[in-house]
Amino acid sequence: MLALAAVRLGLPMRDKIIKVFIMTSETAGTTKNLSASQVDVKRNVAEQSLITIYIMGKAYEVPDDATIMGAIEYAGHQIIRGAGCREGYCGACATIYRLPGDYKIQTGLACMTLVEEGMSLAQIPYVPAEKAIYDIEKLKPNVSAIQEMYPTVFRCVACNTCTKSCPQGLQVMDYIQAAKRGDIAAVMDLSFDCVVCGLCMLRCPAEITQPLVGILAKRLYGRYLRQDSPELAVRVKAVEDGVYNAEYAELMSMSREDLSDRYYARDSE
Amino acid sequence: MYPDYMAESLRKVAQTRPKRLELARKSEPVYPPMNAEERRAVLEGFHPDYEASARRPVRVGPNRDESLTTEVSDLLESHSWLRSDQVTLDKPDFETDLLIIGGGGAGCNAALVAMKEHGIHSIIATKLRMGDANTMMSQGGMQAAVSRTDSPTRHYLDAIGGGHFENKPELVRALTEDGPGVVKWLEDLGVVWDKQQDGSLKTMHGGGTSRKRMLSCRDYTGAMIMRTLMDEVRNHPDMITVKEFMPAVELIMDDKGRCAGAVLYDMESEEFFTVRAKSTLIATGGYGRLHIRGYDTTNHYGATGDGLVMAYRAGAKLMYMDSVQYHPTGVSFPEQIAGFLVTEAIRGAGGQPLNKEGDLFVFPREPRDIEASAIIRECVQNGGGVPTPSGRVGVWLDSPLIDMLHGEGYTEKHFPAMYRQFIRYGIDITKLPMLIYPSLHYQNGGIEINERCETDIPGLYVAGEATGGLHGRNRLMGNSVLDYNVFGRRAGRYAGEYAKTVKLGKLSLAHLDAYEKELADAGVKTDLVTPVLLPSYAPKDVKKRQLLRGGNTLPGSSVLQNRLFDERPGA
Repeated sequence: MLALAAVRLGLPMRDKIIKVFIMTSETAGTTKNLSASQVDVKRNVAEQSLITIYIMGKAYEVPDDATIMGAIEYAGHQIIRGAGCREGYCGACATIYRLPGDYKIQTGLACMTLVEEGMSLAQIPYVPAEKAIYDIEKLKPNVSAIQEMYPTVFRCVACNTCTKSCPQGLQVMDYIQAAKRGDIAAVMDLSFDCVVCGLCMLRCPAEITQPLVGILAKRLYGRYLRQDSPELAVRVKAVEDGVYNAEYAELMSMSREDLSDRYYARDSE
Repeated sequence: MYPDYMAESLRKVAQTRPKRLELARKSEPVYPPMNAEERRAVLEGFHPDYEASARRPVRVGPNRDESLTTEVSDLLESHSWLRSDQVTLDKPDFETDLLIIGGGGAGCNAALVAMKEHGIHSIIATKLRMGDANTMMSQGGMQAAVSRTDSPTRHYLDAIGGGHFENKPELVRALTEDGPGVVKWLEDLGVVWDKQQDGSLKTMHGGGTSRKRMLSCRDYTGAMIMRTLMDEVRNHPDMITVKEFMPAVELIMDDKGRCAGAVLYDMESEEFFTVRAKSTLIATGGYGRLHIRGYDTTNHYGATGDGLVMAYRAGAKLMYMDSVQYHPTGVSFPEQIAGFLVTEAIRGAGGQPLNKEGDLFVFPREPRDIEASAIIRECVQNGGGVPTPSGRVGVWLDSPLIDMLHGEGYTEKHFPAMYRQFIRYGIDITKLPMLIYPSLHYQNGGIEINERCETDIPGLYVAGEATGGLHGRNRLMGNSVLDYNVFGRRAGRYAGEYAKTVKLGKLSLAHLDAYEKELADAGVKTDLVTPVLLPSYAPKDVKKRQLLRGGNTLPGSSVLQNRLFDERPGA
């Protein structure tokens, strides 16, 4: 098992980053070195190729190919708000940043975005937004639901800022336009991969809450506009009618050996 | 992009692809599946659970002297954050019918069903935000026997064979029998399932399935389900109170040995609050962030096994806590996403694991423990792995086959999350394979329950990944998504029913004193304080500087010390 131990993975994130930097130190070359007194927090690891970033204005030296989340943790912060799934699904780690010499505000998920030299960043712990309260059974899958629940949609000025700020690369403005037309299916399709990080609604000059509109549309589509499965209702009823009771009873009373024989002999689709 | 030195191996993969594509188009398996004997051999030889130091006997509690996963034994042999004499219980800060600990899929389902079927109130107390749970991250899908060629009993056989016939039969029956109903429940709430032209549910294979049974919502299955459930929970603020960043740290009992609520900890104000509840549900999920055996994990940030230790201190028995699931396909390169999940649906859709020579070495859809062990064997014993610049190793997962099998655009349409994950690093998975290696994925065992989600402790219910017994010592793909739905719903039903009848006695935390005494009697010396709540990824030198606080001596109740236990001298 010694060999196994040698390839074991999963050192804590920082240690892995150190290793990477040992490997790639000669390829980095763009680091703009600040003097020691200019860096607020400096780590004592000589082999690494580090760059300077500013976490809420405070300078830290961090590995140059870290994600923003990795860099924040490398800096010694314990994230409480601002990390969730850490793989790009949950939207907990919305982050805004600027790069040196660039007037633009950039957006990204901290778990997915790599640091850059001179990046000045802040995580957005929460985006206030009022979710409409509704009974899905009483809504209609058309523009009326949008009008009643999220009338701010009609304030859209088609500036496209939402789309530009989406870290998932979704056509956010297009789905807001579809919502205005009551095209629930299009909203569902275009907002399907939304992770609800909230960056679009933070940037929107019309104060629309885009992700919430997307969730409503997806629910309306699933509830009302789906094509019903012909066999699902039949199967649900068969279970309720106890069609499988006898077979369950047989399987559950089988010895482990008999069950194993049955298992390995089963055919496969 | 892949480093230059991998080009030769990538060329070989491309070279063998036409032949492998031909194989994939036939109905026979592309590589011979293992028989029972071969499965046993690869598991015992190469599964991380079988390494010598992987397990050790736990010295205290209901499973005393049983050999458990070493990190779990460590977790259980630990001090509470609380001392009973310091907590006032006569005036609880909050009261409710049903306290749900954990705001993932199981917890949300339970709250909704308890409300709909019994009209009872609940509090969902969760460590991070509602929905910050492994539920949110499941990509590939949910198993449910809905197609014409399938049946719930066939699903039962697949699940119990995948679990090596050690699953609790009544739990597997509940899982598989409730499956079709769950599909309908979710669809009526507004989950958008992938469909075929005629409205039938699109079904795919997963590891260990003998029928195509995997239902999906592109590769955002969990996110779709979680967001729908959360949205519905938030539609009932008068019935369901959500307390975010408020994890439970201990259960509260009453003087008749029943569970009667919990003590919550506010992550932001650092206060403790007491909740008196007629029934309590643990839906805290798994433990991937304990990084068992040093492995990377696919799990969310808060997966630290909190429910296990709380329930254990209160006297609930654990089952199969010697068994860990390593997902066969975690990312090995790029480094920044190492350990991240590559959905099993990639193999379900025709993706093939290959060694550095571009050759198949395992049937792509073995049950997870078998597939993972075979990948480890290929790297460790056969030298078939590709090393990464940071000292990892991996095998290829040939994803370009998918578009060749199903048509151009299929991957981008059905695996948008996977595509996004890699294209950020210049790797187009429709043109190049992914480099993968097993990653810590799932807590196979947990708190033992019956089909009503009941534990040994009256009033204490458990659902989802925190439970043990359902999956035996190996869970199949798509059965955890079904698990939290089926058992979350059942927990709401039965915990709700119980809440309507019980009359609680005097509240107590005496079990903490008893547990502390047991630790002392067993000679356990530890400064670990649990639940862990959050992992720390601070560098070692940072931890040392942080440890100056408190003189670096005694176990205490501060989050900081708790996080740093492994950095203390002598710990």
